[in-house]
Amino acid sequence: MKRFNFTLFSTLFMAVTLVMPVHQASAEEVVNVYSARKAQLIKPLLDEFSKESGITVNLITSKADALLKRLESEGRRSPADILITTDAGRLHRAKESGVLKAEIDRELLDKVPANLRDKDNYWLGLTTRARVVVYAKDRVDPKDLSTYEDLADPKWQNKICIRSSNNIYNQSLVASMISHQGEEKTAQWAEGLVKNLARKPKGGDRDQVKAVAAGQCDLAVVNTYYLGQMLNGKDQAQRQAADKVAVFWPNQQDRGTHINVSGIAITKSSKNTANANKLIKFLLSEKSQQWYAETNNEYPVLDGVQVSDTLKSWGAFHSDSLNLSKLGELNPAAVKVMDRAGWR
Amino acid sequence: MTKSPRLWLLITILIALVMTTPIWVLVSFVFESGGNNWQHLMDTLLPDYILNSILLMIGVASGTLLLGVPAAWLISHYRFVGSRWLHWALLLPLAMPAYISSYTYTGLLEFEGPVQSALRETFGNGISLWFPEIRSVGGAILLFSFVLYPYVYLLSRSAFGGASQHALEVSRTLGAGPYKSFLRIALPMARPAIIAGVTLALMETLADFGAVQHFGVDTFTTGIYRTWSGLGDTSTAVQLSLVLLAFVGVLILVERWSRKQQRYFGGHAKGDALERVALSGRRGMAAFAVCFLPILFGFVVPSGQLLYWTVTTAETGWNNEFFELAWNSFSLAFITAVVAVILAVILAYAKRISANKTVAQTVQLAHLGYAVPGTVLAIAILIPLAWLDKTIDDFFFENYQISTGLLLSGTLFALVFAYSVRFLSVSLQSVESGLQRIKPSMDDSARTLGASSWNILGRIHLPLMKTSLLTALILVFVEVLKELPTTLILRPFNFDTLSIRAYEMAADERLADAGLPALLIVLTGLIPVIILSKLMDKSHA
Amino acid sequence: MPELNLHQVQASHQAHTVVNRIDLRLREGEIGCLLGPSGCGKTTLLRTIAGLHAPSGGEIRIGETLMASDKVNVPTEKRKIGMVFQDYALFPHMTVYDNIAFGLDKFPAALKRERIQQLLELIGLPHVGDRYPHQLSGGQQQRIALARALAPRPTMLLMDEPFSGLDVELRESLAREVRGILKSEGISALMVTHNQNEAFAMADSVGVLKDGRLLQWDTPYNLYHQPLHPFIADFIGQGSLISGRVCDCRAVHTELGLLKTHLPFGTESGEEVSVLVRPDDIIHDDSSDWKLEVVNRAFRGSHFLFTLKLPSGEKVMCMSQSHHDHPVGSKIGIKLEMDHAVVFPKALSGE
Repeated sequence: MKRFNFTLFSTLFMAVTLVMPVHQASAEEVVNVYSARKAQLIKPLLDEFSKESGITVNLITSKADALLKRLESEGRRSPADILITTDAGRLHRAKESGVLKAEIDRELLDKVPANLRDKDNYWLGLTTRARVVVYAKDRVDPKDLSTYEDLADPKWQNKICIRSSNNIYNQSLVASMISHQGEEKTAQWAEGLVKNLARKPKGGDRDQVKAVAAGQCDLAVVNTYYLGQMLNGKDQAQRQAADKVAVFWPNQQDRGTHINVSGIAITKSSKNTANANKLIKFLLSEKSQQWYAETNNEYPVLDGVQVSDTLKSWGAFHSDSLNLSKLGELNPAAVKVMDRAGWR
Repeated sequence: MTKSPRLWLLITILIALVMTTPIWVLVSFVFESGGNNWQHLMDTLLPDYILNSILLMIGVASGTLLLGVPAAWLISHYRFVGSRWLHWALLLPLAMPAYISSYTYTGLLEFEGPVQSALRETFGNGISLWFPEIRSVGGAILLFSFVLYPYVYLLSRSAFGGASQHALEVSRTLGAGPYKSFLRIALPMARPAIIAGVTLALMETLADFGAVQHFGVDTFTTGIYRTWSGLGDTSTAVQLSLVLLAFVGVLILVERWSRKQQRYFGGHAKGDALERVALSGRRGMAAFAVCFLPILFGFVVPSGQLLYWTVTTAETGWNNEFFELAWNSFSLAFITAVVAVILAVILAYAKRISANKTVAQTVQLAHLGYAVPGTVLAIAILIPLAWLDKTIDDFFFENYQISTGLLLSGTLFALVFAYSVRFLSVSLQSVESGLQRIKPSMDDSARTLGASSWNILGRIHLPLMKTSLLTALILVFVEVLKELPTTLILRPFNFDTLSIRAYEMAADERLADAGLPALLIVLTGLIPVIILSKLMDKSHA
Repeated sequence: MPELNLHQVQASHQAHTVVNRIDLRLREGEIGCLLGPSGCGKTTLLRTIAGLHAPSGGEIRIGETLMASDKVNVPTEKRKIGMVFQDYALFPHMTVYDNIAFGLDKFPAALKRERIQQLLELIGLPHVGDRYPHQLSGGQQQRIALARALAPRPTMLLMDEPFSGLDVELRESLAREVRGILKSEGISALMVTHNQNEAFAMADSVGVLKDGRLLQWDTPYNLYHQPLHPFIADFIGQGSLISGRVCDCRAVHTELGLLKTHLPFGTESGEEVSVLVRPDDIIHDDSSDWKLEVVNRAFRGSHFLFTLKLPSGEKVMCMSQSHHDHPVGSKIGIKLEMDHAVVFPKALSGE
């Protein structure tokens, strides 16, 4: 029986150590962040914020859906103050499921263009990311390119690469098209696009760029910052691939290029709302905005922020002014449209 | 002492219930309505999900058998060039997470990759038309087979090693050559162990998200995730995973039923050391090839690619943060491994001594945790833990005005619990197959000598099961090291692991930067794999 | 023509020689038995004959075929032998029928069925074909193992401690039964055991092994009455060795008196020797004046076995009918009834 007691004791001991870290941070000034932005693209800024403000930042990074689920089940006991996502749709979903509160300071909201924040002030965008068409410089005349809609034209048969419809940015793109054109037309478009695909959708955005460079297809739909990373990265093969393609901004003559945001919101359970607002303010500061533009080639939500040479080289563009909440609302519809079109 | 068995029964039922709570939580979703999404799925993708999953299962089952069983047979019965280090090196792919391996292989073999580019330069562009697509069901089958065969290898090796040598010799005296003896005697006798290994590989395949997602193969699990994430429909997602579970459950039952007549107690107490036959010359080289091939593709190539990335193209190199990541990964894996093995021993033992069917069935149910995709399991664990937290918090607040906050779901407890549920099957398989080899007469004789249940466990079974326990320990340890989805969802603040770091880089399409943390996972997993398999050798000798 | 012919067979484990230059012949239809304590190399010898262990020297022939030499090593499956193991090694995943059928692949289906039924009847278990091994008793499993080994009509049968897993009662009756079966099948067999009763019940010839050497290969009668080595004298039956001195070429002088003997080759007059005295050489006789002290007594049901002390302190054993009980310490009368004493040189018995 002695051995059993030992087991029991060590189990208890282990249990206590596992549960220990709960309250260690409660005394000081803190802000607790649930982030769907990957650590490498948020941690440096949070560290900087802590240094400046003296506020400790606790961070969990995960997938947006998982963070949302966690917020939901934790309810009012959730330690989270801040939710950061990399698309507007998830913020909208969070708002709908009632885990956010609309307590972002007015002055902060006002800094951000109206279409890049929630109409009820539950969240705001921090950076924008554009989903563009890239084309093979040597094979495609940019004059032949015009709109997203045009990608369904039979002239591009076997010429287009795009990643899987599991990807949120494709889902957002289709959602934006549903919002503008209605479900029926979007469904036809999706079918046309699928017929034009040069290969089964696979890989990430970088893979699409590489496929264009390697001649497997002529066009690809990608987010700009991936191209920016390829151009500025250490991998020579990727740099060469990225050099072979150019950016085309679709729909410049009408509604503008589809964009999404990485955004931020304060959770309903937040007990450090003031600190949360300080953090949002910090992330909206010119310095932070510039950091995103420089490090990750994302577009700032503030005007007049210095951007990277890569971004400059692509020039200014006219973006879709659709209120991004729509993207969240129409996301399920978009997924179904793609399912039916056989866009895997 | 008369009270002991009843207390014992109570404890085990309690553990079994707790360990199966997530399954019950999932089952409770059966009646929730997910709108018309079921109809939509059935009209569109469900047939594909099912077809791909079935193809994948058939392929991976065959693949792991073909790679794992011959290697196990050769290692346990022959001596040849390198057989001493192949013995443990065959376990190395265990340390390689499937999704990481999938990145390396796509990097190497895709259209734009170095292999195809080189081929195009040599043979012209036409060659790429003939080059098989790595991102396909076939590619996924190969990938999983090379990463998961060690389960089959490990379990069948110990079965071959422990099986009655005499049975094989009898077969030879009856005129059966080595092949017939292997096929008709050794293989069927090792069947429970081999099946256990294949079952583990299949459950892991079914639960995988990262690799199939990267390969663009739509399986049940990608479907579950898509339904949850894309359609925002948790209920339908969970119901899909229940279908998956039912499927696995039926498979397990069919297998058990098909061998209910047979009973296996191999491993005779008379410790005839296996006489390994020496193979030399061409036969030795062939044996070497059979054993080295799985290591080459399951471990050497992917690690080589990771190393290459890390050295040449990674943006961020080594920094001190990696010590912390490695320590977090290691300690978590270690604690969980110990917990999971203790739980498995208790449950397997309860099942053995208890005539109570409920116990046996609940223990059986605990296996299912492994087939649940990590993401779904994490949700299924979050719900009851959050409820428990709320109850504890309310209780303390009302009585003592203390808020305990998220005592369980907000701490490492949630992770360790989730891992234990998920990997209990891994430890149970191993422990149960170990127990199976101990004849009940040993229990009886110990009992007549006045030993209690605890006593028999501690003094008879545990020493005899040393190998099985060590096996269970390594397997769970390595599994936890590699685990991603549950860790991603349930970990507490400021707690990152190597696999989280690898994932965050890879998800950002920075595969080169995923190389270093992935290599560290492999290294951290490697050390215990090697140490423990050396220990196992000793306890065999 | 001998069925089994071993010539100078050697076998070793790693560098350790466990079978040392053994010569042995088994005639057709003869049942032989290798007897010896554990570790004497008897099992290794059996496995070497079966081809499960490669010999390190010598030649093995079965029938006219050379099975093993320094150039040849016919694999087990080609040697046409049957083997029965101590643990029976029935295939747990097969029914009894399938177990027996295992070696009959080359038989046509009808013949196979007939042969299996015939064997099941031969071993007295005609109705167990559908059962699995674990559903049978130890004795039944043993018989199945035998039937399985006999099924393909091997040229000879090898058995490794075939009865040791059974209880004593069963052992001898089964041994006799197996002997009957073997004789009816006309098959020669070699068995390994450490139990002399089994050996005597089964075998026509018995060999005693010690430290890898075959000390004697002979009939059971001769092994008992004419052991060539004090180890055999000690190992088989009971008895004790007392000192003696060679008188002339026909007799040896001992404390029990002058004993007639055939002297071993090379012993000289006046040499110190050991003399084997069996319990049945000394008869208890109340009327005798020759009395010795009882130092131990063992009740054996039908008789008593007394250990008696000679004046010099050496001990001999004496059997008496069980109604003659004498306490330890008392003196009983004896007389000698010995044809030929077995004599060993002192040097040998000192081993």
